[in-house]
Amino acid sequence: MTNPAVALTALADPTRRAIFERLARSPSAVGDLAREFPVSRPAVSQHLKVLKSAGLVTDQAAGTRRVYSVDAAGVAAVREYFEQFWQQSLASFRAAASQPTQEET
Amino acid sequence: MTTQLQATSVTTETEVRAPVEHAFRVFTEGIGSWWNPDHHILQADLAEMVFEPYAGGHIIDRGTDGSECRWARVLAYDPPHRVCFSWDINLSWQIETDPAKTSEVEVTFTAAGPGQTRVVLTHRHLDRHGDGWESMRDAVGAGWNLDRYAEVTAVQAPHDASGPGWQQP
Repeated sequence: MTNPAVALTALADPTRRAIFERLARSPSAVGDLAREFPVSRPAVSQHLKVLKSAGLVTDQAAGTRRVYSVDAAGVAAVREYFEQFWQQSLASFRAAASQPTQEET
Repeated sequence: MTTQLQATSVTTETEVRAPVEHAFRVFTEGIGSWWNPDHHILQADLAEMVFEPYAGGHIIDRGTDGSECRWARVLAYDPPHRVCFSWDINLSWQIETDPAKTSEVEVTFTAAGPGQTRVVLTHRHLDRHGDGWESMRDAVGAGWNLDRYAEVTAVQAPHDASGPGWQQP
C-alpha cells in the first residue's frame, strides 16, 4: 500500500505538485513537461522519480519515449489508509463490545 | 462489515451483540479495551487512554513515562446514540493545532433488534489534511479516471495484517 504520508510529502513541493496536476490532465513524456515548465529536463526527471516512488505516477514505454501518467492507486492512498484503519479498529471494538448470549452456557 | 465510497470521507459499519447503551459505553469510556495499543504517537509506550465523556473534552493517550497526547476533541457527546470527535493528527503523524486542518469522526449507535446494535462510523473532511490531498482529490475529482479510482479503492482486502500503523510515518 502506498504510504499517504510519503505521497503528501512528495506533493508538498509546488513544482512537483504542478507536474502532478499537469499529468492528471494528460499523460506526457519528460521532454513535453520540460518545455512547459521553467525547469531543466534533469529536474523534471528528478521530480517524476520522486512522484513515481511515492506511488503517484506511473510510466510506460512508448517507442523511445517514456510516457508518465497519474497512478490512481496512489491517489487513493489516503482514503485506503483510513478505510483499513477503521475496519480493523471496529473489528476489535466489535469483539470487545459483543456480549456472550444468554443461551450459551 | 461494509465500507462505502465517497470522495473525502470513509464510512465503516458493524453490528455488535450488545444493547445500545453497552456498545456506546465500550466505544467511549472503554476505548482502551479495544483500541490497537500500537496506534499512538507518543514517544513512550501507551499506558492508558482516557475518553472524557462530554462535549469539549478530549481523547487522551498517556505514556508509560507520564507523557500525554490529546489527539482528539470531543465535539458531540450524546449517549447512547452518537459521539463525534476531531482527528487532530496531520499526515506527518504530528498533532495538528489548527482546527481548520483537522478531520472529524462521527459514530452512531442504533438498536438493530434485541441485544443487537448497529454501529456506523464516518471519518469525514479528509481533504482538510493539507495541500497534497487536495491535489489528489482535484486530479481525480475532475472526472478523470474516476471509475478506475472507485475500482481501486473498492477492491481492498479488509483484513490486511500489514495494515496501517501510526508509528510508521
